[in-house]
Amino acid sequence: MKGNEAMAEAAIRAGCRAYFGYPITPQSELPEYMARHLPAVGGVFLQAESEVAAINMVYGAAGAGARVMTSTSSPGFSLMTEGLSYLIGARLPCVVVTVMRGGPGLGNIAPSQADYFQVTRGLGHGDVRAIVLAPATVPEAVELVGLAFALADRYRLPVVVAADGLLGQMMEPVELPPAVPPPPAPPWATTGAAAARRVISSIRLAPEALERHVLELVATYEAIAAREPRWETDGVEGADVAVVAYGTTARIARSAVARARASGLAVGLVRPITLWPFPAAAFASRPRRWLVAEMSGGQMVDDVRLAVGGRAPVLGYTRVGGVVPTPVELAEAIARAAGPLEVPA
Amino acid sequence: MIRVAGRPRTLLDVPMHYCPGCTHGIVHRLVAEAIDALGIRERTVGVASVGCSVFIYDYLDVDFQQAAHGRAPAVATGIKRVLPDRVVFTYQGDGDLASIGAAEILHAAARGERLTVIYVNNALYGMTGGQMAPTTLPGMRTTTTPEGRDVRRHGAPLRVAELLAGLDGVAYAAREAVTSPARIHRARRAVEAAFRAQLEDRGLGIVELLSTCPVNWGLDPPEALAWCEAHMVPVFPLGVFKDLRRAQGTVDAGA
Repeated sequence: MKGNEAMAEAAIRAGCRAYFGYPITPQSELPEYMARHLPAVGGVFLQAESEVAAINMVYGAAGAGARVMTSTSSPGFSLMTEGLSYLIGARLPCVVVTVMRGGPGLGNIAPSQADYFQVTRGLGHGDVRAIVLAPATVPEAVELVGLAFALADRYRLPVVVAADGLLGQMMEPVELPPAVPPPPAPPWATTGAAAARRVISSIRLAPEALERHVLELVATYEAIAAREPRWETDGVEGADVAVVAYGTTARIARSAVARARASGLAVGLVRPITLWPFPAAAFASRPRRWLVAEMSGGQMVDDVRLAVGGRAPVLGYTRVGGVVPTPVELAEAIARAAGPLEVPA
Repeated sequence: MIRVAGRPRTLLDVPMHYCPGCTHGIVHRLVAEAIDALGIRERTVGVASVGCSVFIYDYLDVDFQQAAHGRAPAVATGIKRVLPDRVVFTYQGDGDLASIGAAEILHAAARGERLTVIYVNNALYGMTGGQMAPTTLPGMRTTTTPEGRDVRRHGAPLRVAELLAGLDGVAYAAREAVTSPARIHRARRAVEAAFRAQLEDRGLGIVELLSTCPVNWGLDPPEALAWCEAHMVPVFPLGVFKDLRRAQGTVDAGA
């Protein structure tokens, strides 16, 4: 299945019964799939007039107790950040898939990871955080979409699935999970005040009240940071170079690592699966040097430097603008990283 | 003894935060009366918008969601689409609906969402301190039009009820004022009709209610009511602009 369609089918199988979205390349196959298949299972598909409206429809449906999602790509995600801040402030669960493309501005429609800062730090105004899952293959995207709904409900917060244009457009064989029915509406959902009325709101006018509310959010973030980091690691301890990469870049890095190992270097790989919470524990192992490969101007490298804490040099390898690195050039970068470090003039 | 007046069941017995002479209290009561009259309290969900009236959720005994500025029609769409048998209404001011939320109301109306929209027009931004709104009258002084609204520079007031009446998805569109008992009586009928348009699955129902903001207008409450009559009503004519008796979208495509 194509990545975008596989994520849509995974969502339906996870019990998602409402989708609101706006067309944008390279993710439009996802809403198109939803338009074809959601009504058949009694779900709601609606094309919104904008990403701004789409995320607010998600807010309304989530508040009404529906298992709901949207999907977009980078410029659309920017428009959704207003709504995400409200969803987080009102503690509403939902899933947002972003199939990242080249930026800034209109950029292009080629694969990119340049929204790392946005998804891990810039989800809107206020103290906002959300779990960010970064699949590297189409089968993993299917698995993580299912997980995303479960985590959203567990913490009553939005969960972001950060894919990139390559993953969205790529076709791979997938094994689909069995379908589960949508969960019943939770007791806090606004389904009509037959008993006590319910209010979903992000307002706390009194500073002390807002502080309590934000501290509850922060405590939830801390619980997530303790329980939910996910990563894969391979041969890092004592390596000449350990590569750090996620998503499509991690997939390329696997080939590059194999190539570099064949040339005699000891090379490891850390693949963050959650971008937030960042899997800092994966960096306890000690290679001689770290090499962070990403399709951005150098964003995840900041988190790696924080996690490594100066115990080894952290180098970066980046391609931007929608250029996807080849395994050969990444293997060359690994070889350079293993060599003598450049001394600033 | 015959009881001729009382507090509607849906209106909670709590003090309101509104300024003296503000007409939000009257409009809240009209909404509560309509919900009571139609017997829909237990299946109604309100959407509060950004502005002075955001705290309507403290005053009406129904489930509520609070929306981002201007986005109430999108939030309401999300609720209504997943709970089609519930009654969903938005309560929005003129800055919220006619300015920052113009796209959301226009498209909710164009889609014929089965929603009721209570639109309160007081010709400026109340909560932020009296700035120009799309509804500010020509020549009217606000904190951002200190010399008065110059139509050449700031445009002319937006007449929302007429604008939305032109859309196929709208079943009911009216404008009334809450400046006198007679006017309030007409407004009560309009609010109920806007709910009926939704209940009878005919389309979106909107009532625009001309209201006062004595504090930001710099008038005392009786002066504000007189000012609304004298200056707003001529610019925003009262009346029912549309009252479709059957649902849009049921017309034979071959006709």
